[in-house]
Amino acid sequence: MSLFQLLNGATFAALLFVVASGFSLIFGLLRIVNLAHGALYLAGGYIGFTVAVHTGSFALGAAAAMVAVAAIGFALDQGLLRFVRGHELREVLLTLGVAFVLNDMALVIWGGDSYTVPIPEALRGGIRVFGVFYPKYRLFVLGAGIVIFVALMLLLQCTRLGAIIRAGVDDPEMVEASGINIRRVFLGTFLLGSALAGLGGLMGGAFLALYPSADAEILVFSLAVVIIGGRGSLVGVAIGSLLVGLLNTLGQVIFPELAYFVIFGPMACLLAFRPLGLLGRPT
Amino acid sequence: MTTLGQATPSPPAISSGSRGRMLFVLSLLFAALAVLPLGLSRYQLGLATEMLIYGTLAMSIDILAGFAGRTSLAHGAIFGVSAYVVVYVISTLNLSPVLAIALGVSAATLLAALFALIAVRTSGVYFLLITLALGMIIWGICLRWTDVTGGENGLRGDLRVGILRDPRAFYWITLAVSGLLSLAMWRLVRSPFGLTLRGIRDSESRMRSLGYNVQAHLFVGFVVSGFFAGAAGVLYAFFNSFVSPTTVALAQSVQGLLMAITGGIGTLFGSFIGSAAILTLQNVVSSYTERWQTALGLTFILVMIFAPHGLVGLLRSVLPSQALRAGQ
Repeated sequence: MSLFQLLNGATFAALLFVVASGFSLIFGLLRIVNLAHGALYLAGGYIGFTVAVHTGSFALGAAAAMVAVAAIGFALDQGLLRFVRGHELREVLLTLGVAFVLNDMALVIWGGDSYTVPIPEALRGGIRVFGVFYPKYRLFVLGAGIVIFVALMLLLQCTRLGAIIRAGVDDPEMVEASGINIRRVFLGTFLLGSALAGLGGLMGGAFLALYPSADAEILVFSLAVVIIGGRGSLVGVAIGSLLVGLLNTLGQVIFPELAYFVIFGPMACLLAFRPLGLLGRPT
Repeated sequence: MTTLGQATPSPPAISSGSRGRMLFVLSLLFAALAVLPLGLSRYQLGLATEMLIYGTLAMSIDILAGFAGRTSLAHGAIFGVSAYVVVYVISTLNLSPVLAIALGVSAATLLAALFALIAVRTSGVYFLLITLALGMIIWGICLRWTDVTGGENGLRGDLRVGILRDPRAFYWITLAVSGLLSLAMWRLVRSPFGLTLRGIRDSESRMRSLGYNVQAHLFVGFVVSGFFAGAAGVLYAFFNSFVSPTTVALAQSVQGLLMAITGGIGTLFGSFIGSAAILTLQNVVSSYTERWQTALGLTFILVMIFAPHGLVGLLRSVLPSQALRAGQ
């Protein structure tokens, strides 16, 4: 694998990290498997694209994508999931229903065409890194992924809120018993996780394009990342993203038509030995 | 372990008297279904055939969801792979339909075995996630492997030849096959093997300490369930003469699961009621709007909130006296 392909894998991994970290945060803390996460990614991408095209600003597009998708997340959590709280499978299947609705609505609004989010002027073109000419925007995605990883790690490890979230992952009842409104923390985490999906949609929309089945593709990758990494572990998500990102790129080089299959083999082997993923812990 | 919408925690053992009554009711129903074509239009007959095919698929999902406590989202892919193989073998390789059927069912069973190897170590939400991911991989392959699968255009073949061209004959064949398959599934869940699956659903640790090999049982359960899903896929291939990535898409698994849930998880024959209800809804909705996906999603949301036990459970909760009678 050449350096160019290695960078491709790494930048795809960075995007996967942004999307899957939101999924894993929600899964780890709220025990909700949000299968609408892919649809939120696509919705974020489309909304960000529309705003970025009309205002000419990538940053405004990113802000709009995050706020709008967080709002959808709010409606999903407070409007629908509240009716099925505590029933794990009913929650998952409900989010699956939401994914179908969101997806179909996106198809009504934006149609079946493929869109690419315009890249800001400063990030267009390429740059020479370690002797290869590489697109600046993809390096920006890589950087953004790393910044978000560090920011989330700091949030979780070094702040009071992070301590509450980590405690909530282990034992929500005890956190509540110590006088903390865990519901509010849950909601906050749900919104943050959704916003990350929206941001991922905009970031990915600029180099992977947005089209009606993009949500399903990113969802499979995110699932693979979380299945490999283990739920609720940010480091697990980072390792999982890198593995899936690099394997996917490797797969595309070796078997262009069966790239999907290449992430399947390692996932299967891993599950045979660690059913809860690399860093997953039994609850 | 979380099981989905179990109407009754463990179905009461059926005495020989009520089993006889059940067989009597079933054979009456079967006779009624057999004379159905005489009063239906060509279009309605096609719909009825489709209900039988999807009912069989939903029933295969119910074996795992209702009796082993494992909700699978990979069965649409297993069903679709069988259909792909049948169409491919007949239209591209020009081999005999009998061979195609055997290959289709074998492919589905093998795929189920592969999936089972990976998935049976898990339960609950993890099982759902892994089967979802596995099913999606099949979809991705069908979409990308253009040389074999025809990519987005899918594969078309002239499968309905000879007597199969007649919609009535095809309906009767489908009725006979799905009737046999569902009887086999009914026998399966009442067998000692089925009882073991139920034991695993209710308490995995207890079954393990009793000396049962839990994973081996789940593996066999998954493979058998995949065989039935594959058989339904063969029927579908002949019914539709066309397969595309939509046939193996997640929506297929979701729709099958929704049918099983609507009919009532763990009721087995309820799958046919669920299939009839969902396909009727699909037809009504499609006559007004093209947004079937939205309607499917909304139905799923509403069922999950209001009727997780399916139509049977809904009736029971609305009519408390019925619930008492059913509980006796």
